[in-house]
Amino acid sequence: MSDMTTSMTPGGGPTEALRFHESRDYHPANGTLLGFWVYLMSDCLIFACLFAAYGVLGREYAGGPTGPEVLELPTVALNTSLLLLSSITYGFAVLEMQRDRQKPMMLWLVITGLLGAGFLTIELREFAHLIAEGNGPQRSAFLSSFFTLVGTHGLHVTCGILWLIVLMVQVAKKGLITANKRRLMCLSMFWHFLDVVWVGVFSFVYLMGVLP
Amino acid sequence: MIAHIDPAKLIFGRLTLASLPLHEPIVVYTFIGVALGGLAVLGAITYFRLWGYLWREWFTSIDHKKIGIMYMVLGFVMLLRGFADAIMMRGQQAIAFGGSTGYLPPEHYDQIFTAHGVIMIFFVAMPMVTGLMNFVMPLQIGARDVAFPFLNNFSFWMTVSGAMLVMASLFIGEFARTGWLAYPPLSDIASSPDAGVDYYIWALQIAGVGTLLSGINLLVTIIKMRAPGMTMMKMPVFTWTALCTNVLIVAAFPVLTAVLALLALDRYVGTNFFTTELGGNAMMYVNLIWIWGHPEVYILVLPVFGIYSEVTATFSRKPLFGYASMVYATVVITVLSYLVWLHHFFTMGSGASVNSFFGITTMIISIPTGAKIFNWLFTMYRGRVVFDLPMMWTVAFMITFVIGGMTGVLLAVPPADFSLHNSLFLVAHFHNVIIGGVLFGLFAGIYYWFPKAFGFRLDPFWGKCAFWFWVIGFYFAFMPLYVLGLMGVTRRLNHFDDPSLQIWFVLAAFGAFLILLGIGCMLVQIAVSIMRREQLRDVTGDPWGGRTLEWSTSSPPPPYNFAFTPRIHDHDAWWMMKKYRYQRPLDGYLPIHMPHNTPTGIILGALSFVFGFAMIWYMWLVAAVAFVTMLVVAIAHTFNYDREYYIPADEVRRVEQARTELLASHV
Amino acid sequence: MSMKVSRGLLLAVVILLAGCQSVLMSPSGDLAVQQRNLIITSTVLMLLIIVPVIVLTLVFAWHFRASNKKATYDPEWEHSTILELLIWSAPLLIIIALGAITWVSTHKLDPYRPLDRLAAGRPMPADARPLTVNVVALDWKWLFIYPEQGIATVNELAAPVDRPIKFKITATSVMNSFFIPALAGQIYAMPGMETKLQAVLNKPGDFQGFSANYSGHGFSGMHFVFHGMSEDGFAQWVQQAKANGSDLSREVYVKLAEPSENEPPRYYATVAPGLYQAILTRCLDPDSPSCMTHTRPARSGESTGMAGMPMPAAESH
Repeated sequence: MSDMTTSMTPGGGPTEALRFHESRDYHPANGTLLGFWVYLMSDCLIFACLFAAYGVLGREYAGGPTGPEVLELPTVALNTSLLLLSSITYGFAVLEMQRDRQKPMMLWLVITGLLGAGFLTIELREFAHLIAEGNGPQRSAFLSSFFTLVGTHGLHVTCGILWLIVLMVQVAKKGLITANKRRLMCLSMFWHFLDVVWVGVFSFVYLMGVLP
Repeated sequence: MIAHIDPAKLIFGRLTLASLPLHEPIVVYTFIGVALGGLAVLGAITYFRLWGYLWREWFTSIDHKKIGIMYMVLGFVMLLRGFADAIMMRGQQAIAFGGSTGYLPPEHYDQIFTAHGVIMIFFVAMPMVTGLMNFVMPLQIGARDVAFPFLNNFSFWMTVSGAMLVMASLFIGEFARTGWLAYPPLSDIASSPDAGVDYYIWALQIAGVGTLLSGINLLVTIIKMRAPGMTMMKMPVFTWTALCTNVLIVAAFPVLTAVLALLALDRYVGTNFFTTELGGNAMMYVNLIWIWGHPEVYILVLPVFGIYSEVTATFSRKPLFGYASMVYATVVITVLSYLVWLHHFFTMGSGASVNSFFGITTMIISIPTGAKIFNWLFTMYRGRVVFDLPMMWTVAFMITFVIGGMTGVLLAVPPADFSLHNSLFLVAHFHNVIIGGVLFGLFAGIYYWFPKAFGFRLDPFWGKCAFWFWVIGFYFAFMPLYVLGLMGVTRRLNHFDDPSLQIWFVLAAFGAFLILLGIGCMLVQIAVSIMRREQLRDVTGDPWGGRTLEWSTSSPPPPYNFAFTPRIHDHDAWWMMKKYRYQRPLDGYLPIHMPHNTPTGIILGALSFVFGFAMIWYMWLVAAVAFVTMLVVAIAHTFNYDREYYIPADEVRRVEQARTELLASHV
Repeated sequence: MSMKVSRGLLLAVVILLAGCQSVLMSPSGDLAVQQRNLIITSTVLMLLIIVPVIVLTLVFAWHFRASNKKATYDPEWEHSTILELLIWSAPLLIIIALGAITWVSTHKLDPYRPLDRLAAGRPMPADARPLTVNVVALDWKWLFIYPEQGIATVNELAAPVDRPIKFKITATSVMNSFFIPALAGQIYAMPGMETKLQAVLNKPGDFQGFSANYSGHGFSGMHFVFHGMSEDGFAQWVQQAKANGSDLSREVYVKLAEPSENEPPRYYATVAPGLYQAILTRCLDPDSPSCMTHTRPARSGESTGMAGMPMPAAESH
């Protein structure tokens, strides 16, 4: 090997061999998880803007219905528990994945997806109910910001479910290979992220919204 | 819209033949010109049978160097469009006095200044900055590509797609007539019902996706893919500024995405975020867009500060003075850039304490910026300054930029801003920092790294012509605007009553004409350099006596950049290697793992153009089909697990041996 | 290089000469005069550092050029703690000074603050009664309502010299900026909100006023003349408006509010009661959904300027 080495004595210090290149194959660490995390943080900023918009406009009822009039806490409590539960079931799926047990993992993923779908169904019913009563997003700035914030979260959950389905097909085809495991970890972060955002939505929009 | 469903409306939306601006002769002639030019280019590509080559080697390429070059080409093409807008405005303002209304009616003029701003920021400065970061940064950190090569290609095509939408608005419908930030209520559906603002929204949203993804990509690349030994404080300064810029992109562009999405909802769904009805608050838009907008300024200028640092050190034949303080200054600017946005609208009436707070934070930014200027100054001190083109642009920058910085700090004093806000003084100021700072730096960077990208230098004679036309033209074009600002002349006017102002506008138009000559010289320079490429050839890979790692590779670098991953001991890694008389290894090559090219990026980009266009014209069916197709293509792409291949060791040996022979023949 | 320097200097001199006579540099209102002084002070303060930088750049670039073999060449010199301290502290000192000036002057020249003097050395008389003018930015003209005089004008404004003027400013559809450079700095005119400007004119004359924020098609023609008059002249001007003007009823206003461009001055002898308040609260038609009074009081710019200020990272976890 022609691994060129040179010695130097910087400032009279000990002689040290200086290598200027790697003679072996060098692979930098995979950045997918970091990249995805950075993406989540940028997504978080989008939510931050929507939260801010809600913070500014959340009391601008413009003669329309007020927060306490339209927000139904019991439904949302059910909704919240479904989503929180789905995070836990995704956690179980990841545990199974780490043990390379594909079947139980798939089962947990199915349960996660169903819980997510249940969450979406309840949310869409709530929206449909509001719109049917003439309290759609056009009615007031409060409702605009409410629908947009909650709806954006719902859109994310929809994407999550779609992604979940695609991933399950991919795992079924290719098995628990490294690439699929990495993807499952990304979706895991995404799913938990949505959970955390929902906690914010629940507290900031629903709990604080029903206050007079 | 949903109540009465008409199949033709689902497909064509509100697009009719009347949307084509056939009644505007200027646009028709422009269209004919662009169409003929476009046909000539397409014909030439077909004639020389270049389609296959372009498709295989460029459009589907995931090589960061090629993507970087494509970004630069996009930026330069759009510069021509943006400058055409500029010279039309200067022409209009120079003649529209008293009885003359000039040649541009308001509806046309208002589109031009909006398009000029949007194009210059989003489709000239941004692609060029991203392009240079893409090309240079992985080479500087000793990486073989970026962290997500496919995403890089996809990001580029999304940017192209946004640029194409802006170009399409010239000939189909109209562009926004709102100013480059499209403040509501003016940009609301009530005040701007036509397609212009929708072009604006979708062009920026689509390009914004590209920018954000490219930001994440480059950020992860810098964090994860540095060569062994390159600790943070051994990164080249350009890489440092690229890091900070990408942090800013990731932290600022989501805000733009969100605020434009809310504006789109107001226009498409009828929500009330920024309307004056039903509780909306237009001032929230102004706040949010500047929370993106101010960091955006630093997104543009920080990498350029990096370029100046590299150029000054290289051409002074000395290490950069105060490397550590340069890094700290960059980081301080990054953080502070989020705390100043309100200085763009002191006149909203936020109260004296709020205004002073934001005024003072703005001034504080000038401290690290000033330190940077001094650092460059003391890099020249006791150096051997060689005035090649990159260094000429750098010196022009240092003199020009401090003037822009001074007027900027002046505008940050709220009571002064009450007088100067929205005036031509402001216009002069930000052109002073964006041309004198960003653009000069981009030119310095282009001249500096061009030989690395193409293997030959750009012709210095025509480069010097371009330099002097640009610099003198800049002073002629913008110093009069400072004066006009002090005369209380506001911006975006298409007609003036006071004849005493005219001379200043004529001077400014003359400056724009000089810049036109500068751009012409640059085009000539490129042509001349291609013809004289054998005389201008760089065989060493290190034409300027560079200090950082990119100069250790051949010009242009091989697809894999480095046959062996370098090991870093200093921030001037290549300088140190030269100092220790490093010899390239001539044996022991290994197969190199590289990503495959893929057409998915360009397909998704094209589909997003169709989607955006369909949304602009309310072609709901087309939009839905385009969106679903995009989704399917993206998902299908994830089913492709076979994304990498090995360059065989023999191929590496062949390439490296060719370089060894080339080097030996030119000792 | 030296050619460029001389050309730059020449340009600077020309600019300075031209700038001195410009309206912002020789204004006629006390507020604008103080803003002018502030611009000059800040510029001089910054020139303390800008001029040496420009000179040093040229000197270093020239002296250390590669062909000058007499110049010292120290290829390793890259750090000097003392120099580093200097280059950070020099701008710091300037900014500390400028920051202090900024804080004080921003409060002192706050357009919302009632004036405490007519001009330098002339304190506000105890019996000074400000003239109130309600300003409405329409598409694309200015409506000025004088509640005390009971008159209104379009695209023409008048006020007596040396009497404080209190402008209350709003807009109908889009955002504009109310600016009379000779009098004082500008302030936005925004629909559904009210901003204020307290200013005083010290010299008689006819001054330009206009919208300084682009507002659409007719923006370029959205200017007016501001007459600075003696008290008597102003009284005559009011009488003239009363004699020549028509009535500004709500119906007339609605017609006036329709978009129009390059409007000539116009006078109204009477103004419908409560018109300005109705415009501000968007309640010309009290039943319209946009009317703010049945939802909440109109916002003043002071409180809403910050209302839209979100905390980007506040919600991140």
